[in-house]
Amino acid sequence: MKIHEYQGKAILKKFGIPIQDGLVIENLRDAEKAIENVQKQFKSEAVVVKAQIHAGGRGKGGGVKFSPTKEIALENVKNILGMNLITHQTGPAGQKVGKVFVTEAIDIEKEFYAALTLDRSRGDHIFMVSTEGGMDIETVAANTPEKISKVWINPLVGMKNYQARNLAYGLHLSGDAFKTTVDVFLKMYKCYQETDASLIEINPLVLTTSQTVLALDAKFNFDDNAKYRQAEIVGMRDLDEEDHTEVEAGKFHLNYIKLDGDVGCMVNGAGLAMATMDIIKLAGGEPANFLDVGGTANVDTVKNGFKIILSDKHVRAVLINIFGGIVRCDRVANGVIQAVKELDLMIPVIVRLEGTNATEAKKLLSDSGLTIIPADSMMDAAHKVVNAAHANQESTCQF
Amino acid sequence: MSILVNKNSRVIVQGITGSEGSFHAAQMIEYGTQIVGGVTPGKGGQTALDEKVPVFNSVVNARQKTCANVSIIFVPPAFAAEAIIEASDAGIEVIVCITEGIPVHDMVVVKKIVDSNGTRLVGPNCPGIITVDECKLGIMPGFITRPGSVGVISKSGTLTYEAIDQLVKVGLGQTTAIGIGGDPIIGTDMRTVLELFEKDEETGAVVLIGEIGGQMEIDAARWAKVNMTKPIVAFIAGQTAPPGRRMGHAGAIVSGGDDTAAAKMKILSECGISVCESVAEIGEKTKSLLEKGIDG
Repeated sequence: MKIHEYQGKAILKKFGIPIQDGLVIENLRDAEKAIENVQKQFKSEAVVVKAQIHAGGRGKGGGVKFSPTKEIALENVKNILGMNLITHQTGPAGQKVGKVFVTEAIDIEKEFYAALTLDRSRGDHIFMVSTEGGMDIETVAANTPEKISKVWINPLVGMKNYQARNLAYGLHLSGDAFKTTVDVFLKMYKCYQETDASLIEINPLVLTTSQTVLALDAKFNFDDNAKYRQAEIVGMRDLDEEDHTEVEAGKFHLNYIKLDGDVGCMVNGAGLAMATMDIIKLAGGEPANFLDVGGTANVDTVKNGFKIILSDKHVRAVLINIFGGIVRCDRVANGVIQAVKELDLMIPVIVRLEGTNATEAKKLLSDSGLTIIPADSMMDAAHKVVNAAHANQESTCQF
Repeated sequence: MSILVNKNSRVIVQGITGSEGSFHAAQMIEYGTQIVGGVTPGKGGQTALDEKVPVFNSVVNARQKTCANVSIIFVPPAFAAEAIIEASDAGIEVIVCITEGIPVHDMVVVKKIVDSNGTRLVGPNCPGIITVDECKLGIMPGFITRPGSVGVISKSGTLTYEAIDQLVKVGLGQTTAIGIGGDPIIGTDMRTVLELFEKDEETGAVVLIGEIGGQMEIDAARWAKVNMTKPIVAFIAGQTAPPGRRMGHAGAIVSGGDDTAAAKMKILSECGISVCESVAEIGEKTKSLLEKGIDG
């Protein structure tokens, strides 16, 4: 799960990390008051207007504007609030800006990068900092790896002071700035632990001209598995930032991801679902989605699965691929038949069932009198669904 | 011979009184697994599965009374991390954790502890291990397997069943099939399982099923290139997965570089592994590889 910059900064602030602060507005009518309040609070005429979307690259996309006066700030809020912001992370469709963060303007002396995440291969947490703040860290890692300092943190031991000091030395800091930065790094680790974050990235962390250190941005990712114990974080979820259909699928406990093709698929198990998408492509089709219906495929899951898949109007045919393990295939087949009847489906449905009672299941499907096409192997199923999708497309074109 | 579990494994089920735990315990007993006890704190002294299996309050207690050396865990995610640590501290040698949804911050701690105790943990969020006709320690359908000489390693559940099914259809049986799980932090990685199969005399070839995300398949392949004498057939799921999207498994996400399906397939091929372009080729490819081996 992801959150907005202003929410991330509020979390950092709660853990005692200094931030560039401000006020969030969702309505243009609140803009003038917010700008005045920020000006008053930080005793400066200049403010920064920042679009709040989950994707990165907001500055380059025109979503972050330095505003020297109230009038310019107001103009910038007007332009940014409600705009469709396109960045390298949003994709060509862009993301509508629903919230704007009006913050104090900061006089920057130096920009740094700081991030904390999991190193899967070592099973340790990794804390990375770089003197090249404000830049894409992958580019820095590729071109000037010597500008990145790293420490690995054993989760049993936690982050030690010497590790935070080594990171701050890596940024060539001294004096009070050094001390503050060490403190910031230790607090970042505490925050990472206590919020079940899978990533905290502060880019940039800045040294101001008055020699203070603060977070100018905050990016958080959270572990979905820990939602049950992070109610406050879950409350920060912004559904406007997520794909509508994927949110709907989540309500039915289905794992759905929309893709660009026209061949829908419904599969039990994530690995088999990916393999099914791959074989559709290999058979000459384009998968319309990833959909894992989980271990048990009953009438309700199949029905909900169809609803989710068919909400995508590009879908021309659907492949159901279920490996019936402990769930018997004849039961799954009955579920499919009932779902197709109840939903009055007009689209070709190819069903491949393997496992217990697969033969009986195939007979049930053939005898159903519905537009269900049974398939034998995965390759057979993939060819059948791709052909059906093509045929369906041609017939649509004729009308 | 086989790896990790066999007919002599003495198994306890942690969470045996829950619906998942009792259902699968019954299925495992039916397959022939020696389930010697169950653990549910507060229900010690009771019995489960029609009075067939004694229930204990703690793993230590269960181990003392039953001489169990293997445990399988069906405990809800909020308590599963501690259940693994409890089993490891009690001296259980092999632990399979089926539970899906354990927080990653809990699992990194668990992993350090089981490693320092020398416990073999498989999972979490996995289908488990099956040694054909001897011991089923998991939730897979046992009837799809046949005894034979192919070892199977996979990150996923139903895709493992698909591979086993294809092997059986071309006349190949299995020694042991193991689902290691698709989470970012898991107890046993692919390389370790390859090492175990390499040492196992009955295993003649290995089918390795990976997916997008992480470096595990690549680490295993590089190790195999130097150390493995037995042929490996591999399939990597997720060739059509878009970058940056989590495909079901928490670990299945393309973050750029070496973790795409295409990159993994290329590196695996370079390490001498027979890589399947499509999932449908797993059975046939393994068969032809084994036949080639016999002819040569």
